[in-house]
Amino acid sequence: MALAGALANAEPDAAAAFPRMSARRLLVIGGLALFLTGTIFGDVFAVFILHPNADRIGQALAGAIAAVRQHRVEDVGRSFEAIGGFLENRGTKVDAHAHMIGFGYLAMLLAILYPWIRLSEAASRRLAMLLIAGGVVLPVGVFAIHYVGLAYSPLEAIGWASIVADTGGLLVVVACGGFLVGLWRGWKDDAPPAEDALPADRSWAGRVLMAGGTLLILAGFLHGAWFAGVDLYAQERQDHDLLAMMAESAAMDPGPGLIPERAGAALNGYGNLQADHAVKIAAHSHIIEFGLIALMAGFFQPFVFLEERWKRRWAVVLLAGSVVLPVAVLSELKFGLLAGGVADAGGAMVIAALAGMLAGVLRYTGRLDGLSAAAAGTGGGVSGGGR
Amino acid sequence: MRRAQQMLAIAGLALAVWAMTYGFYYAVWIEHQTLDHIGGWLAGAFQHAAMRDMTAARAGLDDYARAKYVYTREVDAHSHWIGMAMVLLALAALWNRLEFGEVARRMLAGALILGAYGFPLGVLLQNHLAAPIGQGVAVITSGLLIVAFAMVAYGYARRA
Repeated sequence: MALAGALANAEPDAAAAFPRMSARRLLVIGGLALFLTGTIFGDVFAVFILHPNADRIGQALAGAIAAVRQHRVEDVGRSFEAIGGFLENRGTKVDAHAHMIGFGYLAMLLAILYPWIRLSEAASRRLAMLLIAGGVVLPVGVFAIHYVGLAYSPLEAIGWASIVADTGGLLVVVACGGFLVGLWRGWKDDAPPAEDALPADRSWAGRVLMAGGTLLILAGFLHGAWFAGVDLYAQERQDHDLLAMMAESAAMDPGPGLIPERAGAALNGYGNLQADHAVKIAAHSHIIEFGLIALMAGFFQPFVFLEERWKRRWAVVLLAGSVVLPVAVLSELKFGLLAGGVADAGGAMVIAALAGMLAGVLRYTGRLDGLSAAAAGTGGGVSGGGR
Repeated sequence: MRRAQQMLAIAGLALAVWAMTYGFYYAVWIEHQTLDHIGGWLAGAFQHAAMRDMTAARAGLDDYARAKYVYTREVDAHSHWIGMAMVLLALAALWNRLEFGEVARRMLAGALILGAYGFPLGVLLQNHLAAPIGQGVAVITSGLLIVAFAMVAYGYARRA
């Protein structure tokens, strides 16, 4: 009741700033939904596809070494074709996951900057829909690349799924270009923007999310700088050297066996190298992504229609998951599946917290719509915050 | 909206548009062909090894490593540009909470913008200029970003 009372005072302004089917509401809800879908997809991908796919790549590489040893040139080609397919399977899923999350961020950031964008509501709504449509079309197209291939394609190297994905990317570019024009007009315009509830919020959950998000991003920067300075170039050299050792050993080493000892050691080393590279990149990108989402979730706390204790709980769960996932991913080489399970649990914590916040935003919009309908005398609106 | 905040917002959105345009161009015209070359050189190197032509095998592996080096930096530039654009946009909205004077805020915004544009550019330059030049640009601009970001965190903490 106290919450409803507090909201009642703020709601006339908020209702004006966040009306039904408005561009800003589309951007907030579309952005959160894109982020959530991308994160769930990433979790499913990590659990069911990533590790089996890595094993298949290792087996195909072992097959290539054996084929080199036995002078079977065509089988070498077939093994690498299979590896190419596995890498494409992995790469397209990582890209679909990363792009969907990226577009979710973009939508939410534009919602935050919305008061400074000088465009008509109708134009903004069209651009918002374009952005969200592109944010769905591109990842779906990228996901389909592995399955559609070059079937019926009019081009030599690019299939229909890629064309669809690129079209989605173009939609997003056009939408962002439109919003950029609006921001530029805001820059030229000396009139102050309308008072906005988002940056003014000083709630506990908002402050903790913003401070925690900033620290996560800083940690991600430092980790990335460390990785680039210490690991990246050394790993690139090792990648070349281990592959060279596999090829040379398979071709030249004396003795029996399909995979000579040196080639086997190089194959193991190569697997470890790929795993080490993957976990470091994943930890780096995830800690920054989660920092950004925490920062943005901090902004949207005034629009999360939940009790204060639940807002705090979801804030803490989001930040805890944001730390657990990258740390556990980094530990995967040492602790194997156990760390992988913990990382997945961290991802699930982030998903649960965001789903909780999204539910709060939907309840808030439902309440605003109910109040607007009641004020307009149309009746039959949703009141009391329930969708 | 104050000047530094406007600078960050417009620089951030312009960087996002630039990064996506680059990504679009790269995906349509370069990426698929590059991946085909990388895979082709690696497979070719092992096929030459199967024929016991180790000179050609080594040359193929060198080509593979060079192409992968270039590809990694092209993709990294795209992803870091877009990532930095997001950070600039998020900071733009938070800028009024920074407990510094307007001049310091502008300098900090300038440093962040320079770092956000320059760091991925340094990564990309490693493909086109002597590697140490690109690395130097990347190291200096990433250092600038880290210092600026630490200052931002300090600015928020001071207020708290």
